[in-house]
Amino acid sequence: MAEKMKLAIIRGATCSGCDVEIVDINERLVEVLGIADIVYAAVIMDTKHSELEAMADGSIDITFYHGAVRDSENEHLAKIARKKSKTLIAFGSCAVYGGIPGLANVTNKEEIFKVAYQDTPSTVNPDFVVPLPEWKDERGHVLTLPRFYDDVFSLDDFVEVDYYLPGCPPLVTQINQALDVIVSGELPPKGKVLASEKTLCDECKREKSENMRIEKICRPHEIEPDPEKCLLEQGIICLGPATRAGCEAKCIEANMPCRGCLGATAAAIDQGGSILSAIASILDITDKESQMSEEDIYKLVSQIKDPLGTFYRFSMPKSLLRRTKKELEKEKV
Amino acid sequence: MDWEPKILVFCCNWCSYAGADLAGIARLQMPTNFRMIKVMCSGRVDPEFILSAFSKGADGVLVSGCHLADCHYIGGNYRTRRRIALLKILIEQYGLNPKRLRLEWISAAEGQKFAQVIREFTEEIKALGPSPFKKKSALAVVEASPTVAKVSTAVAEASPGT
Repeated sequence: MAEKMKLAIIRGATCSGCDVEIVDINERLVEVLGIADIVYAAVIMDTKHSELEAMADGSIDITFYHGAVRDSENEHLAKIARKKSKTLIAFGSCAVYGGIPGLANVTNKEEIFKVAYQDTPSTVNPDFVVPLPEWKDERGHVLTLPRFYDDVFSLDDFVEVDYYLPGCPPLVTQINQALDVIVSGELPPKGKVLASEKTLCDECKREKSENMRIEKICRPHEIEPDPEKCLLEQGIICLGPATRAGCEAKCIEANMPCRGCLGATAAAIDQGGSILSAIASILDITDKESQMSEEDIYKLVSQIKDPLGTFYRFSMPKSLLRRTKKELEKEKV
Repeated sequence: MDWEPKILVFCCNWCSYAGADLAGIARLQMPTNFRMIKVMCSGRVDPEFILSAFSKGADGVLVSGCHLADCHYIGGNYRTRRRIALLKILIEQYGLNPKRLRLEWISAAEGQKFAQVIREFTEEIKALGPSPFKKKSALAVVEASPTVAKVSTAVAEASPGT
């Protein structure tokens, strides 16, 4: 019998939903364990960083890294993962695009600490004591904590990534497809995203009209959407047109709009820009257009509250502008 | 300050580009801070292009098309109008002054208006100063050379320990 593969699951800044989804492959786990040994997975085994560090370089066949990179521990693990693995897979939207934690790029460490350790109503911290990366007691014992970064990064900002498996979390079918590819040994060219290159609208079964038009933007709880008709046409912001297919339109089937977790297709430069263009273009254009003033247009588009958070919900660290920057900053420099 | 703004201008083929041409033929004086890209229609200007321009350090972006109801493709500029309005909200969220993005309707006969808009816009951008996205960020280093050492230095600089 051929030697068993070595598999590792490494965690970055993650909610662990990806771990749960890996377990969700159910019976397939037995098959996976038949062909592979899990050598490192902090969530299911008692393993230490030092054990991972002690492994020979390139000794792990496949590593799934899930979670974004936002502190020095994530960065360290990402680099170790790269060194020890033959194939490194960015697993889940956080590792691929920065994901939900990536929205922290609208603020910075200082602000986050202020909210978390001072401003929350349940916090009493008059001296503003915050975690320090290093602390020494009188006898010289040193305790350390990972350093927290201002920005959230995706995995490939730090290390070369072989394959990308986006999704929040990646669906069981996606994981199974990826496993099929791995088991077959016929790996695709490096850098490939293991999902469809079409947009979600292609996969979505809802009825779409030729001349699409949105009259009014609604939030999902404000209307009872027709389960047969395109959600965008009913005024619910759905990121389907700018999002990769591969999730079988699960959210949409449950009458919830796509939030864009699979990220943009390779053809789009920027997921947010792409959906902004799509939605703005069908926003209530009538034959009375030339009678509309600039204020009317502003009113129309400002129905979309928080375009940044809506359009870049999962992809801000991979967006073109990547993080917010205050114009005022220039005065400080 | 020896800083000069860089402004990117998108002009539609049918009206605004001809208007700009007229301004040139008439030898109207304009600041030289702008670079122009001709597109078939202002509706061709994808928001991604504008975001790309800002991410590469443009201090201002001007999109110019045919007057409303004059679009060569009937409704291209109606779409542009909405996109730019929404994009202004978006770039403001990113921390940019929305004044850095401007939309104008300039016809083929309006050479004067073109020159005027360029003069005004350049002055406005000069008053605003360099774009905050111009500064070399951690990203710029990441993009320039994806070597691990450089990225981590950039990160270390960007986030010094508490």
